[in-house]
Amino acid sequence: MKEELFVSGRNIPNIDPYLNIWHWEIPVYLFLGGLAAGIMFFAGLFLVLGKEKEMETTVKWAPFLVPVALVLGLFALFLDLKHQLYFWRLYTTIRMESPMSWGAWTLMIITPLSFLWAGSYLKEAFPGWKWPMSILDNIEQLVIKYRKHIAWAMMMLAIILGVYTGILLSAFNARPLWNTSILGPLFLVSGMSTGLAAIIWMSKSHYERNILSKIDLALIGVELFLIIHLLMGFLAATEVQIEAANLFLGGDFTVTFWVFLIILGLIVPATLEILELAGYKIPLWIPSLLILIGGFMFRLIMVEAGQITRYLY
Amino acid sequence: MRYAMAIDTKKCVGCGDCVVACQTENNVPIGYCRDWIVESVAGSYPNVEIELRSERCNHCDNSPCVRCCPTGASHIVEGGIVKVTHNECIGCGACIQSCPYDARYSHPEGYVDKCTFCDHRLAKGQTTACVAVCPTSCLYFGDLEDPNSDVSKALKNRSWKVLAPEAGTKPQLYFLT
Repeated sequence: MKEELFVSGRNIPNIDPYLNIWHWEIPVYLFLGGLAAGIMFFAGLFLVLGKEKEMETTVKWAPFLVPVALVLGLFALFLDLKHQLYFWRLYTTIRMESPMSWGAWTLMIITPLSFLWAGSYLKEAFPGWKWPMSILDNIEQLVIKYRKHIAWAMMMLAIILGVYTGILLSAFNARPLWNTSILGPLFLVSGMSTGLAAIIWMSKSHYERNILSKIDLALIGVELFLIIHLLMGFLAATEVQIEAANLFLGGDFTVTFWVFLIILGLIVPATLEILELAGYKIPLWIPSLLILIGGFMFRLIMVEAGQITRYLY
Repeated sequence: MRYAMAIDTKKCVGCGDCVVACQTENNVPIGYCRDWIVESVAGSYPNVEIELRSERCNHCDNSPCVRCCPTGASHIVEGGIVKVTHNECIGCGACIQSCPYDARYSHPEGYVDKCTFCDHRLAKGQTTACVAVCPTSCLYFGDLEDPNSDVSKALKNRSWKVLAPEAGTKPQLYFLT
């Protein structure tokens, strides 16, 4: 038996008895970032594929959510800062070693881009729309002219953003639950799946929903595969990572992990989507909502549980 | 130059003087601390072993807190001391997450704070507050590259360990066992 305690007294807020310095703000941001990445990726993809007409919601209407999601996400990030007046320090330097630094810069590029993309479809959404300044008309013309190039840039940046939401956590070697390179691809796939869920929910076209549901099913399959991989990797690793995996396999987070993420967030929506594709009448907002809740819960669980895990000495 | 500290776990009595000295010297806000003492009890009666460790920032050679800092507020100064520039810190908490030793905390004023190896005292030729005050002289501080420094001499004839070497941080607190 081994017991360790502070004999000098130590009860620092948010550090003791276990780390809890990141609260709801980070999972909210990770979720919205992943959602935005997902929508942007598919908007860019289907524009490049020349499906602007058939996949109208994907290319034109869902991207209106992106600037909203990014701004709300950035606001959540800002709320999380403890020294808020100095947030601009993020943009006085580029630190390649710090995932948070290049994440901040990616957002600096992708957020204006998302405004440009949505702005260029504003006239189609509201036929009577007039820009208050003529320079905005010129910008709009420019964006429409170079839309294909912007679509490529958006796809690349969306992948970086999606992977970044995972790497932000996986770069922390001190938190064994996060310290796995699979978290980057896992959060990317999960983010894309939530993006698709949002588009499917908005779409009125049967053709469009049909294609997106099929892609979503594939992504859910990949996500389940990666989650199994994650747990297998932990169980085959060192003691601290075995303990991290055990948080989901009998530990404190078992019920939330299996019920909200695996069953309600992945398996049930996948089943409903399969049934819908098979011809059963199922309102698609149900699986979409479940996927969105599951995606958020996944990030919440990872952030909360990860902070508990630590090296033992 | 490579500053380091050795802590004699056989001489430490866990009085907490180092903790109070640090809080006083560095104006650490009430309820917070930059150093602390851990009592580690292994085994069960009558075969019990107790180890007392005065812990603080390890001023790691491969410091994850400096690597993950998005603004460069966390940095390394001469002698390998890891420091935080207050007006560059945005309080994102990344360095707190990255530290396997939980040596950093969020100061009530917003920035992240931690042990500085009392570099303001070192500059005046003094040793750190915790070392200066230790009643059993169980703390040794100095330059590892100087064979005649207190810490080098302490490490020479004793066996020692570092905490969580598997984290790969190359910590610079040496616990004499």
